[in-house]
Amino acid sequence: MSLELRNVEKKIGQETHIYETNLKLEKNTINVLLGSTLAGKTTLMQIMAGLDKPTNGEIWFNEKNVTGVKVQKRNVSMVYQQFINYPNFNVYDNIASPLKITGVDNNEIKNRVGKVAELLKLSPMLNKRPNELSGGQQQRTALARALVKDSDLILLDEPLANLDFKLREELREELPKLFEDRDCIVVYATTEPSDALLIGGYTATLLEGKIVQHGKTLEVYNQPNSLQSAQVFSDPPMNIAKIKKQGDVCSLISDDVSWKINSKLKDGEYKVGIRPHNITTYKEGSNSLEISGKVLISELSGSESLIHFTNGDLNWVSLSNGIHQKNVGEQTKLFMNSDEFLYFDESNKLVNNV
Amino acid sequence: MNKTVNQKAWLFVIPVFVLVAFNAIIPLMTVVNYAFQETFGNNVFMWEGTRWFKQILLSDRFHAALGRQILFTLIILFIQIPLGIFIALTMPKEGIGVSVCLVLMSMPLLIPWNVVGAMWNIFALPDIGFLGHSLNALGFDYNFTQQSGDAWFTTVLMDVWHWTSLVVLLSYAGLRSIQPAYYQAAEIDGASRWSVFRHIELPKMKKVLTIAILLRFMDSFMIYTEPFVLTGGGPGNATAFLSIDLVKMALGQFDLGPAAAMSLIYFFIVLTVCWVFYNLMMKNEGQS
Repeated sequence: MSLELRNVEKKIGQETHIYETNLKLEKNTINVLLGSTLAGKTTLMQIMAGLDKPTNGEIWFNEKNVTGVKVQKRNVSMVYQQFINYPNFNVYDNIASPLKITGVDNNEIKNRVGKVAELLKLSPMLNKRPNELSGGQQQRTALARALVKDSDLILLDEPLANLDFKLREELREELPKLFEDRDCIVVYATTEPSDALLIGGYTATLLEGKIVQHGKTLEVYNQPNSLQSAQVFSDPPMNIAKIKKQGDVCSLISDDVSWKINSKLKDGEYKVGIRPHNITTYKEGSNSLEISGKVLISELSGSESLIHFTNGDLNWVSLSNGIHQKNVGEQTKLFMNSDEFLYFDESNKLVNNV
Repeated sequence: MNKTVNQKAWLFVIPVFVLVAFNAIIPLMTVVNYAFQETFGNNVFMWEGTRWFKQILLSDRFHAALGRQILFTLIILFIQIPLGIFIALTMPKEGIGVSVCLVLMSMPLLIPWNVVGAMWNIFALPDIGFLGHSLNALGFDYNFTQQSGDAWFTTVLMDVWHWTSLVVLLSYAGLRSIQPAYYQAAEIDGASRWSVFRHIELPKMKKVLTIAILLRFMDSFMIYTEPFVLTGGGPGNATAFLSIDLVKMALGQFDLGPAAAMSLIYFFIVLTVCWVFYNLMMKNEGQS
């Protein structure tokens, strides 16, 4: 089983929503579509589902061309950001609704709804209506409806975005387990890089209607093929600085910081991408570099400290574990872990492996 | 625990109290005053107790008017609510058509009530009115000033023309507030158009429809101006609904006592029906 987009393109009027895209999703995988709002995640999902037709290109499912085949004939289910349930059905009837329409026999329905409800911890509230449930339970009901059908393709469009923090964490941990033993392809759209890392599987980074990179989640994270992919996959935003390489020494153009590099790269100007958690108030890794700056904002959140500072003419973001109080305007020293630097050339391609 | 006593707070209630007293309580109390007494003018009153109430409740005239009123309101609700929902469902959801439809729909609501009555009176005149003349030319024996069936037909048609828009606008607002994801989810399930209406649109419209039914019930149950201008309650008493009959009694015959008693009974019926209906509709609503 596989889902393949071949040269898919979507235009509405003069505006291009999805640029020509080729993507192959394999059997039994979870695929995260990672991108900011308006990157085209929802459009792409609707094309995959058959709710929307591509302007050009084809969709192949199981080696069959399904372009233009209606969604009802594709065995697809979808969960939305909003909690979508039938308002006047109780939880049981809501979960059972896709089965009833396809005419599954009553005992079978009871059996399957029972199992899914157990899985999603909905068993005690099968007789309640959606408006008597919390947001988390409403979304669990919607998830149960998507799971009960045994779909070939399950699409989750930012399913956790409308939940409050605690419920979100809880459900996010359960999600990968829900799909573990299922014979289906799961697509999960999100704006949060941390969602992608937690869910694992495969990730496709999306930027302005283009898929920048698709691969195993950790590979995409550790080896982004381009600056754009790295930026999409970094929250807080990645620090980017221009550097000069001469021999085996690299140095920041904007400041007097330099370090050794072991690479066959040609001498010249490059860009370095540094994830915020690789700039910390303490030394980390064997090749730690000192950088000084003036504190702009210092935020403490839970057990992490986010420090925004200026160095040269650039604004930097650093993320340290633990509580590190800094005063605004204070000159401070921070440490960069140069082992984790990502290098990009003029055309924004990753050059770490050259 | 010692509560601080601050009687000055009552001062702040006075303006509202005075306002409500003048526009509601005092007028209502004068009616209550008349309802229990008999007067022959010159400000001389005699206590009558519940006599007027008994007289009204037992009179054939009141029963007939109430019967006509209930029949009229039921017809109005059974036509306007489904028709309004149906029109709202067929209205465009985006583009320039939306504003065009909304403006067209609002038009009848903007016309003063007695203008509506006068318009339809002229429109339906059997000799010169477009509707009346056309119907007669087509071979129907139509004359709303002489045949009670025709008078009813015209009154109902006029009210449908005048007020269905209100139901349409409310239903349309309810429909537009349903997130598109609901329709998509139903499409994925393979739900039929009827199921989408029955299980998504109707439940989601429940609150606006409750308001629409309440408003249409109250307005049609208290209808006065339009039929007064159109038919004057005639022919005979065929379209003399409660309020028309009430005005005849109070101002035409100057029976202040019975008219006051009838007003209170009338008011009580409207209040009770609204209260019962609202509670029934909202019984199963959750907190949200």
